[in-house]
Amino acid sequence: MKALLLSALLLMVPLSVRAVQPDEMLPDAGLEARARAISRELRCLVCQNESIDDSNAPLARDLRLLVRQRLVAGDSDAAATAYIQQRYGDYVLLRPPVKGATLLLWYGPLALLVALLGMVWWSLRRGRRRGAPAPLTPDEEARLALIEKADGK
Amino acid sequence: MRSWVILPLLVFLGLAGWYGMGLMLGEEDRALPSALLDRPVPEFALPPLRTGEDGLDRAAVLALAAEKGPLLVNVFASWCLPCRAEHPLLMQLQKDGVTILGLNQKDAPENGRAFLKTLGDPYARIGADRDGKASIEWGVYGVPETFVVDRKGVIRHRHVGALDEDVLRKTLRPLLDELRKAS
Repeated sequence: MKALLLSALLLMVPLSVRAVQPDEMLPDAGLEARARAISRELRCLVCQNESIDDSNAPLARDLRLLVRQRLVAGDSDAAATAYIQQRYGDYVLLRPPVKGATLLLWYGPLALLVALLGMVWWSLRRGRRRGAPAPLTPDEEARLALIEKADGK
Repeated sequence: MRSWVILPLLVFLGLAGWYGMGLMLGEEDRALPSALLDRPVPEFALPPLRTGEDGLDRAAVLALAAEKGPLLVNVFASWCLPCRAEHPLLMQLQKDGVTILGLNQKDAPENGRAFLKTLGDPYARIGADRDGKASIEWGVYGVPETFVVDRKGVIRHRHVGALDEDVLRKTLRPLLDELRKAS
């Protein structure tokens, strides 16, 4: 029964999510592999959280074909990507480029973590430097004994 | 209580305010800015949609802009519902003297022509972009889109989605007026 359920679940998982149609694929396997890799890094602007490799939108198909055209024309990976980026802007790259405007995006979380850890470490040090609290006076010890007795210790 | 203890609270309030503003932004602000803003009209060349006239290419846009002043380039298609919705506004703009050029995207020419026959034709020139390649040169990612091109052939604004009265009143008309005043 468990085996049946497991197989049913496994069958429901698509083994590879891709939108590339057979008629888009290049005959040259090397170029096709490069095209797939580049497509995975380009955002589909219609379904904005998918790459053009994954998206079924017509624009995604057009851009997939365009990437392949550029590669066949001899562009390097960087040149083909730049071609699309020039027309659609930085947002078409799924990985935002690291430049002045995005430094906060890329390094902000790390910087924040370091700052917070620093604050924690600093306050621990301050605690340690103040040392252990002064020992109790006999008076305070007597009061403590009374309180503990009342708590039933 | 040290005064710096309040720092995380301030940081939180700052971020909350910033994200809150983001949640309240209108649809237009969520549209992508054109990568071609303040750049010249891109290279493209299209046959005409209407028979018996010249097609539309970069040179034609530049010539028309120089001659007629700031103009609109509107990307539309017969299968596009919002294009139908905004069309009356284009007719109105044309009546008010605005030059409008058309890019008919991913349409069989008969369908594009039929669309205009039914809804009216405000376009001074229309390029038939059957395969959508010219639209890619313009960085178009949906239809309709409307570009504002100034006298010198520089793209100054792009509106994504259907035009509406609000956009016309707040953005397009003032921009066109301003560009007309500039030399």
